[in-house]
Amino acid sequence: MAEINFIVILLIATVTAATPLMLASLGELVAERSGVLNLGVEGMMLVGASVAFAVAASSGSLLLGTVCGALAGALMSLVFAFLTLSCMANQVATGLALTIFGIGVSAYIGSGFTGVSLEVSGPLVVPFISDVTILGTFLLGLEPLTYVTIVLFFCVRWFLYKSRPGLMLRAVGDVPDAAHAIGFSVLGVRYLAVMFGGAMAGVAGAFLSVYYTPVWVENMTAGRGWIAVALVVFAAWNPTRIMFGALLFGGVTILQFHIQSANLGIPTQFLTMLPYAATIAVLVIISSDRARILLNTPASLAVPFRP
Amino acid sequence: MKVIYGVARPDAGTILWEGKPEVVGSPAYARRLGIGMVFQHFSVFPALTVLENILLLSPKGTRRQELAARISELSQEYGLPVNPDATVGMLSVGERQRVEIVRCLLQEPKLLILDEPTSVLTPQAIQELFVMLTRLADAGHSILYISHKLHEIRQLCDTATILRHGKVVATVDPRQETDASLAHHMLGTLVPSLSKGTSAESGAQRLIVESLSRRAETVHGVDLENINLTVFGGEILGIAGITGNGQAELLEAVSGEWQSPSARNVCIDGTAAARLGVTRRRRLGLVYIPEERLGQGSVPGMSLVKNGLLTVQVGKFVRWGVIRMDAVRQFASKCIEEFDVRPATYAISAEALSGGNLQKFIVGRELLQAPGVVVAAQPTWGLDVGAAQSIRQILLKLRASGVAILVISEDLDELLELCDRIAVMANGRISEARAVGETSIAEIGRLMSGEHEPVPANAAGA
Repeated sequence: MAEINFIVILLIATVTAATPLMLASLGELVAERSGVLNLGVEGMMLVGASVAFAVAASSGSLLLGTVCGALAGALMSLVFAFLTLSCMANQVATGLALTIFGIGVSAYIGSGFTGVSLEVSGPLVVPFISDVTILGTFLLGLEPLTYVTIVLFFCVRWFLYKSRPGLMLRAVGDVPDAAHAIGFSVLGVRYLAVMFGGAMAGVAGAFLSVYYTPVWVENMTAGRGWIAVALVVFAAWNPTRIMFGALLFGGVTILQFHIQSANLGIPTQFLTMLPYAATIAVLVIISSDRARILLNTPASLAVPFRP
Repeated sequence: MKVIYGVARPDAGTILWEGKPEVVGSPAYARRLGIGMVFQHFSVFPALTVLENILLLSPKGTRRQELAARISELSQEYGLPVNPDATVGMLSVGERQRVEIVRCLLQEPKLLILDEPTSVLTPQAIQELFVMLTRLADAGHSILYISHKLHEIRQLCDTATILRHGKVVATVDPRQETDASLAHHMLGTLVPSLSKGTSAESGAQRLIVESLSRRAETVHGVDLENINLTVFGGEILGIAGITGNGQAELLEAVSGEWQSPSARNVCIDGTAAARLGVTRRRRLGLVYIPEERLGQGSVPGMSLVKNGLLTVQVGKFVRWGVIRMDAVRQFASKCIEEFDVRPATYAISAEALSGGNLQKFIVGRELLQAPGVVVAAQPTWGLDVGAAQSIRQILLKLRASGVAILVISEDLDELLELCDRIAVMANGRISEARAVGETSIAEIGRLMSGEHEPVPANAAGA
């Protein structure tokens, strides 16, 4: 029984550690499918994290904090969208600038909150499920936001592949000129997609600062935003693969925590690096089918559209 | 046409639709009015499936299964076979156009605009398309048919308006005209008719493809099965067939983009070359004029000077590891001059040229390298009559000098006019090459639809 409990705890930790990556990557996936490459995910996550923490610490409401984190992320992406879509600035350069901007802004917003800790609410009580031992322990241990993330994954997948607006979005990312000729608003679709990506990155940041480690630390996303961008590319713009990659990242993160605590004499810096390296390596291998990648790549990714 | 379909706006003038002046502000509005259009430069989405492409233009709430059923129904009715679940990016140019035509017909338009629709059809399928168009016209639909194939216009249309450089030059009853008189209106001058000249009859086997087989690498690719062909010096061998029957795969195998494991599959002037890369085959005297002019034949954003350098053996223009720009410029100028590229400036980027002028430049660039074997894919696709004719004339001149030329084209008239012998590709196989005089359009058409082998009931289409 003890072993089973240990495994369940590991699983909970894995899924929880993977949640911010899932959120940020799914958001970036939608933006990239519409043909916009936003490299500012890291910055948007940081701003989301700091705003969410500040609001949650001031108001006492975690939910309000999370919502504000999402809004902050969306606002950041709106700036990006305006610069790249309306002013046709280079997407790569603008995205990099957005990240640097986000690092600074988040440090400023969070400066008054260093050392503050949040009161964490008790675990979610779901009737019926709580009675089933193992499954119950697993499901109970997850954060509510993780459930939301999993639901969002199915929503995004359904939206992209089954719904008409999703079809439109993919068409816009593929051949914007033809989409324009049919009569779609290319810029409108892209604005919405980029802002969805920003909101998701904001929530991802909020998850880190409000639920995962309920403290604010400068630069606390530690490159997860970059991994989210890489994940989208290496997962060949496929939502299911993104989820797999995020879980892998979460799993290796938890694993290296345990190795660290086991004191095997491996430098901690090396262990901290492991999740990033492992995620990239595995995704590169599973996505080495060139024809498939080409087929999935949004053809107009990072190409400005002039109506 | 773009104005009628709402893609571009007129600077002046009005459009009368069913007696009322209309401002067609958007393609969606045009579709609501009942105007459907099949573009020459396709407006399909490569990353989406055929079904999704069509779904995008269907009214909201259309169910996927119903639409799929209607697509197969329609495509069978008109002999335009398309697989609704195929990803468009995997389809050939011809198949993509088929998707466009089907997409248009599904909207049951009152006015159907077709821009050069027949270039991808077999002769039989063209006749069926004409029957279908006539049927649509009889049922009260209007059809605006844009083509440079004059005999099609004469056969199909009730009235013809001839445009030259954006101006209406004549409106005629095409049934009363001849090809020559229509061409005269179009060009303002008389079309230079092709003078075929005599072939050099060197008789040497310059390009041999021998028992070449290849598995398809993409989901919708075609397997090549035991391809054999020989092109003699001083001869033009044509390969007819609808795009997507293995031509792309064969071209890659001949040009060197794909290398066969067995070296004797392709021989260039007696050298087994099937395992050599593109550059080494070029050194053997093979040049390749690809179908895609922008992107494969040239780099769109680069000037003609730089594009001129791309396929030329670099050694000629490099000294001490530095490109001798003056020599490259000279080469580009020579190419522009000899092949009458307009505007006659080498500083212009490839994408700024018209299709015909760019093709002349690409052909010129290759021919100035004194090739022994020329492989040309759809050399006149999408060109106007004048440009197409000059490309053909260049190829004929080359033939007279003893070069072996392989032309792959969907334009059967072109092949019949140009070639000494014609073979037909269907389903990844090739028929035996026949001398042009000993074959007929009907026979080629039968071969094109794959009738020399057992075919499933509805796959033949035409």
